[in-house]
Amino acid sequence: MDLNYSPEETAFRDEVHAWIEANLPSDLRDKVLSYGELTKDELLGWHKTLAKKGWIAPHWPREWGGTDWTVVQRYIFEEECGAAGCPPIVPFGVRMCAPVLLRFGTDAQKQRFLPRIYNGDDFWVQGYSEPGAGSDLASLKTRAVRDGDHYVVTGQKIWTTLGHYGDWIFCLVRTDPKTEKRQDGISFLLVDMKSPGITVRPIVLLDQSREVNEVFFDDVAVPAENLVHEENKGWTVAKFLLGYERMGTGNIAVCKRELARVKELAARAGLLDDPRFTDRLTRVEVELMALEITNLRFLDQLRGGRPPGAEVSLLKIKGTEIQQALTELMMQTAGPLAPIFRPVAPDAPFDAFTATLFPRYCNVRKATIYAGSNEIQRNIIAKATLGL
Amino acid sequence: MNFEYSDEQRLLSDTLRKFLGTGYSFDARGKIIASPAGFSDDVWAALAEMGVLSVPFDAVYGGFGGTTIDMLIVFEAFGEALVVEPYLATVGLGGRFVARGGSAEQRARILPALIQGKHKMAFAQTEVDARWDLRRVTTRATKSGDGWVLEGDKRAVLHGGSADTLVVSARTGGAPDDARGISLFLVERTAPGVAVTDYRGLDNLRVADVRLSGVRAGRDALLGPEGDGFGLIEDVVDYATTLVCGEAVGAIKYAHDATLDYLKTRRQFGVPIGSFQALQHRMVDILISYEQARSIACLACVKIDTADAAERRRVVSAAKIKIADAARHVSQEAVQLHGGMGMTEELKISHTFRRLTMIAQAFGDADHHLARFGAAS
Ligand SMILES: Cc1cc2nc3c(=O)[nH]c(=O)nc-3n(C[C@H](O)[C@H](O)[C@H](O)COP(=O)(O)OP(=O)(O)OC[C@H]3O[C@@H](n4cnc5c(N)ncnc54)[C@H](O)[C@@H]3O)c2cc1C
Repeated sequence: MDLNYSPEETAFRDEVHAWIEANLPSDLRDKVLSYGELTKDELLGWHKTLAKKGWIAPHWPREWGGTDWTVVQRYIFEEECGAAGCPPIVPFGVRMCAPVLLRFGTDAQKQRFLPRIYNGDDFWVQGYSEPGAGSDLASLKTRAVRDGDHYVVTGQKIWTTLGHYGDWIFCLVRTDPKTEKRQDGISFLLVDMKSPGITVRPIVLLDQSREVNEVFFDDVAVPAENLVHEENKGWTVAKFLLGYERMGTGNIAVCKRELARVKELAARAGLLDDPRFTDRLTRVEVELMALEITNLRFLDQLRGGRPPGAEVSLLKIKGTEIQQALTELMMQTAGPLAPIFRPVAPDAPFDAFTATLFPRYCNVRKATIYAGSNEIQRNIIAKATLGL
Repeated sequence: MNFEYSDEQRLLSDTLRKFLGTGYSFDARGKIIASPAGFSDDVWAALAEMGVLSVPFDAVYGGFGGTTIDMLIVFEAFGEALVVEPYLATVGLGGRFVARGGSAEQRARILPALIQGKHKMAFAQTEVDARWDLRRVTTRATKSGDGWVLEGDKRAVLHGGSADTLVVSARTGGAPDDARGISLFLVERTAPGVAVTDYRGLDNLRVADVRLSGVRAGRDALLGPEGDGFGLIEDVVDYATTLVCGEAVGAIKYAHDATLDYLKTRRQFGVPIGSFQALQHRMVDILISYEQARSIACLACVKIDTADAAERRRVVSAAKIKIADAARHVSQEAVQLHGGMGMTEELKISHTFRRLTMIAQAFGDADHHLARFGAAS
């Protein structure tokens, strides 16, 4: 066992670091670091910058633009992006839809969609959850009825992250309502969000942010060629994808950056002399140190290209718990002052960053709910890993 | 020992709940929050009418002469309904200052009007780097003629924007962290030199930054003895701390009831989610937190008026530690067990989450009171 980076890996880190320094616009970085809501153009802009460099989809096969990096290189890349305050890479296209197309898509679908996903020509979003189908995803009801060379889709999706930016949405729909097992009869469909009959409605979250939406489908015609994999075999696709979704949620690099941030804020508030605070901070830091190695250990096991299994559930649980603990510590550094407010006017005369800490704490409560709640992750480990 | 409410207390509780149940629905509250003032004059008038503004005050001023347990009843009901009116600021802070520290003239001038709903108050204490240290006062009151001139910068003044009178702490002597040398002044919000910036907090209460520049305060503005206001500040802040503990108990009760109801009605995998044992145990822990929170709040309400200041400090800090923990635990769990719905502005549970989060930090977070409890024991 060797937990040190090799000289080649260190050189790679330096290369990534220097490139980000030279290419990440400082106003964009500042917006990320102050938790600003990024616009569609800002998200896609950064995506395109990475695409031009050839670094947007390291995990794809070489022929489609992958980099052939080792898992350690990929990890180093993410760590540098996180530390520098790069905008997040919106996962729905490159990290979710693309692996599905690579695994299940036809040649025509790959040719049509993968280059556009790579270049950031379309903004993709995820249409899985429904009002009645959250943890129990297989109970979804949105119907797709085959009519000649297209499907007619009717129903509702909910919690669609950045749905208001969406150009395309990949959906799980029910194509056969009469199957004995609910998992049968589901299909995976790619839908152009400009199609007539689609309505997107915002849901305001508890921090007053707009990031999720309801998406309504009213007799939406979707060409049959947009079906991925076989009709009624969508559950296989869904399960394959969920593993990838959860991989991305325990973002250690961002947690490390936030940890440094907590320390800065705590120092400013004079809290580094308070053992009650520093003990709690240290516990989170130690947990993060361990998780970093756990993450690398698990990544190492995926080297052969094996799709992620139940171990990602563990990473998701721990990663999101740490994320939440950090936002809580940050909020506490603000004491009686800023956590109470959010400026109602942009020129509000108090530290605008401090004013983001309470909303941020509220917002990150989502992390233990989405991408399969932490309760569901525990159920998965209990069953798949422990055999209970 | 007797844990029963008296007939009068039950009547107070019933009257208040009936009023809030009909006149203060979550929808009605939504309109109030969205209004420019952020609270309702009509509700305020109704609270005066029902005698709710009079509860802790002496009968000579038109008060009800109630105990802090009576106030617990009020705050539990307010916590459940998430009332946003400036009751804590006016009755719990401002009114308490006047009742405990005011001269006969000040009491006679302010308390009857306050009780009738015609006079609102707020406490301007917190400063930028003070955290919860009540000694940390840098606002200065400099002698000038027969009175003083006030200069300073106060933050996070609860309901400062709507107060007729602000109780302002300012230094007439001593260094910035001394207990001695702090004086209290009654300052009209509209007085020359007072600049108030009013905000809606994320917990939907209103707060204000108050800047004082060249504000003149006459002799009759001094509340209590000059340079010796610290004891009174501690007394009043302990009282207000006890009251927010009561508010938390009400909010926790709501979170408990709403979550239990959700576990029974939300169905996934063909069954109510409350049938999963993993969630049953979590719900049981919410119940335990509620019961423990309620007990410690009752204890603080009974002990708050003890003459023994060390005992008062100990019990109030004990209550705040327990309440901060319970508020955090229950608010986080309530959102989690509601799944995505818990994250939405549309549901009262998210508003309850935010208020409980702020109560956990109001007048000192758990760390602050752990230190204070240690020092008082
Ligand atoms: C901010 C945010 C963004 C999201 N983005 C997207 C998106 O882009 N696309 C998309 O499709 N979906 C998205 N989701 C939806 C998310 O995946 C669901 O919220 C999640 O699956 C939980 O479903 P639910 O909200 O219906 O809660 P429910 O399933 O109703 O769960 C309620 C509670 O019960 C628990 N529970 C349920 N079943 C069990 C069980 N068997 N054992 C133990 N506990 C259980 C849950 O853990 C939770 O605590 C998002 C959600 C949020 C909050």
